[in-house]
Amino acid sequence: MASSLLSLASASPSASLSSHGISKGKLNLGNTSLCFNKEKTNPFIKTKSFGRISMVITSNVSRFEGITMAPPDPILGVSEAFKADNHELKLNLGVGAYRTEELQPYVLNVVKKADKLLLERGENREYLPIEGLAAFNKVTAELLFGADNPVIKQQRVATVQGLSGTGSLRLAAALIERYFPGAKVLISSPTWGNHKNIFNDARVPWSEYRYYDPKTVGLDFEGMIADIKAAPEGSFILLHGCAHNPTGIDPTPEQWGIIADVIQEKNHIPFFDIAYQGFASGSLDTDAASVRMFVARGMEVIAAQSYSKNLGLYAERIGAINVVCSSPDAASRVKSQLKRIARPMYSNPPVHGARIVANVVGDPALFKEWNVEMEMMAGRIKNVRQKLFDSLSSKDKSGKDWSFVLKQIGMFSFTGLNKAQCDNMTNKWHVYMTKDGRISLAGLSLAKCEYLADAIIDSYHNVG
Amino acid sequence: MMIMWRYLRRGMSTSTRVRALRRSWWDHVTPAPKDPINAVTEAFLADPCPYKINLGVGAYRDDDGKPVVLQCVREAEGKIAATNFLESTCAAISSKLVEESAKLVYGEDSDVIKEGRFAGVQALSGTGACRLFAEFQRRFYPDSRIYMPDPTWSNHHNIWRDAQVPIRTFHYYHPDSKGLNFVALMDDVKNAPNGSFFLLHPCAHNPTGVDPSDEQWQEISSLFKVKNHFPFFDMAYQGFASGDLERDARAIRIFLDDGHLIGCAQSFAKNMALYGHRVGCLSLLCDDKIQAVAIKSQLQQIASTIYGSPPIHGMLAVSKILSDPDIKAIWLKEVKDMATRVQRMRATLKEALEKLGSPLNWQPITNQVGMFCFSGLTPDEVDRLAKEFHVYMTYDGRISMAGVTTKNVDYLASAIHEVTAFDQDGKILHTVCA
Repeated sequence: MASSLLSLASASPSASLSSHGISKGKLNLGNTSLCFNKEKTNPFIKTKSFGRISMVITSNVSRFEGITMAPPDPILGVSEAFKADNHELKLNLGVGAYRTEELQPYVLNVVKKADKLLLERGENREYLPIEGLAAFNKVTAELLFGADNPVIKQQRVATVQGLSGTGSLRLAAALIERYFPGAKVLISSPTWGNHKNIFNDARVPWSEYRYYDPKTVGLDFEGMIADIKAAPEGSFILLHGCAHNPTGIDPTPEQWGIIADVIQEKNHIPFFDIAYQGFASGSLDTDAASVRMFVARGMEVIAAQSYSKNLGLYAERIGAINVVCSSPDAASRVKSQLKRIARPMYSNPPVHGARIVANVVGDPALFKEWNVEMEMMAGRIKNVRQKLFDSLSSKDKSGKDWSFVLKQIGMFSFTGLNKAQCDNMTNKWHVYMTKDGRISLAGLSLAKCEYLADAIIDSYHNVG
Repeated sequence: MMIMWRYLRRGMSTSTRVRALRRSWWDHVTPAPKDPINAVTEAFLADPCPYKINLGVGAYRDDDGKPVVLQCVREAEGKIAATNFLESTCAAISSKLVEESAKLVYGEDSDVIKEGRFAGVQALSGTGACRLFAEFQRRFYPDSRIYMPDPTWSNHHNIWRDAQVPIRTFHYYHPDSKGLNFVALMDDVKNAPNGSFFLLHPCAHNPTGVDPSDEQWQEISSLFKVKNHFPFFDMAYQGFASGDLERDARAIRIFLDDGHLIGCAQSFAKNMALYGHRVGCLSLLCDDKIQAVAIKSQLQQIASTIYGSPPIHGMLAVSKILSDPDIKAIWLKEVKDMATRVQRMRATLKEALEKLGSPLNWQPITNQVGMFCFSGLTPDEVDRLAKEFHVYMTYDGRISMAGVTTKNVDYLASAIHEVTAFDQDGKILHTVCA
């Protein structure tokens, strides 16, 4: 160990042995220790920096000396840059958090009501079981699959509460790593940035299937099918249930059918990430259609859910992982193993968000109200899309087809702008977006559509 | 049936249809063994006996055997208005929480706090904090192992194992004395390769309730310095050992004074009775602020693929409690009250056993500290207690004293007295009055 200490001390140029000095002057040379000063009461002795010293001293040098800064999160970086900008016309189209027309965060009324109910009840905060709140697990599966779905009636769904979409995906990834070692997950190109990080950290190999076609600013369906076909049998195919992030491009129902065909042919497992149920069309049921189609075919399906967007519960971290199995026995075994994965991650999930969702979804009156609010939020985004499209079409005389703005669905839109063009958006127009050309329509108001149209037209035509 | 067949057949080739209907992907998934601690609660819940006692999970109960909501928590929640949260607000609150949490560990006036020489992140209670550290350890010291006390909280083994860090144990509990096996502990510390990672419980050791004395901690700390070991503290019961938060951090302060750059996992599950909200903190002491920022970024990145960001609800409550002097004062008193009740129950149980004429030595009940008592009961005795007396505890004989009340202590004493009537050889140790 002495040698590694040596290399630690010299590896980092900033290793300053003086910052809180050397305690007691003990010299550690492997197993020998020469004590110069046994005074317990002698605290840190401040010394001058020795620079790149190769003498090893039992010191307070951190053993994490060589650790560098982690790369900044690209999406959050956008918000930070936006905050630093003082321009009055600035626009934040970075992170996918819903904003009102006044561009304020929005707490759903049903959430406020549920919160109030919980506060009044003053319930205790005892540990949830490892798999989460039973009432939540029940309603979340019903919301996704439909309460009357045979898979639910036959108890063939293993549902475990997870920490939002991220946590639910991670549970599934760990399950895949443990029970399908070497199996690959196929993710769309592009996809949400954190997908690959999750699979990397869970040590699950992944590769991409073609998805976005920059030529059409639409779906490269042939490429997608070809790549899914080419994957080794028994791969996990990660699909966005609705409102694809970041492109906003969803397959049509017919295309979903063909995707299901190919997955069955190749004996793959469909793995849905549903982070926007309700936000795509405004209807919670309609947005679950793709998942339900696969399940109706008798396929075993993995599905991760999140309530971050559709109930605005970002901060509460509430979601679920569902594994639809061919038998209740399999579901019970799978559930037990998901619990076994969760226990050494966080023991049991947080209670508050689960109670809110259970109250909102489980209470018919609140559920109805939620449906209305969901329609309103999705409706606002649809209106904004329309206005943006109208502005683009009327202002741009080049004849370029901007209809992709209307065809894309959900919070995000892939504008087709390249990096240089995105930089122009930010530098010249103070429009903040991610460098892949994604804009978050949830951060756009009707009032700003014309300004945004100007910015997009300028960037598209006048920048390389 | 025919209609269903046609429906199923649509879009499926024959071979895949047959395959899809017959085979499950999950055939090879076996049922997981039950978590030993949760299994106790499950068995307890399933028992219809009206005078059953749950001494399994370490969750505090009042003298009526009910879970509590602390007044400080109610006050804090009352003050927290339902605000519209920007994502950035969460980050600010989290930072505040981390700062206040660190003060509890290192002392408000410590240089470490003043100079910002620690990397701190909010974590999913103690489990989450330990797991973050285990993953961090694996990432930056891929060849290292972790040394854990024998015994330790069962989930510690799961955590480091799932993080793929090999585990070794060091001697800790002496079953004969029901106390600390200090000599063997020091031997193991000495014999471990230099620069090893050690997991330590700074107070109220779980499951034994056996803590080193201050002098023993000092010796351990000195030996750690010689060996250049990394001390990682899991502090889940600050306040529950002595009733005084500062006192309970004594072991950590000893190490701090000796110049160790420690790591510490904290949980607010027990001492704020916030179990289900999953609030905790992981802190690592650093050379300087620059390194602290770098390490924090790495910890956040590890967390970003496990759960993203921590849940806000508990975060708000804890942050309020720690930063509002009035509410914090209420909290300190409530912690003391909880610890005092547990201490009183220890004394009462011991007295009751002695009064029953048990010849066994029950001194360890009051010697041991914190929520748990390592009773020395054998698995057979634990079984009998559950089946015949409806008293539930984990198989290692660990009793959660928080589940003992003035109303059930006499019954508990007589149950324990009954099952310990015979020693290992079947010899009657004492006669039990019917």
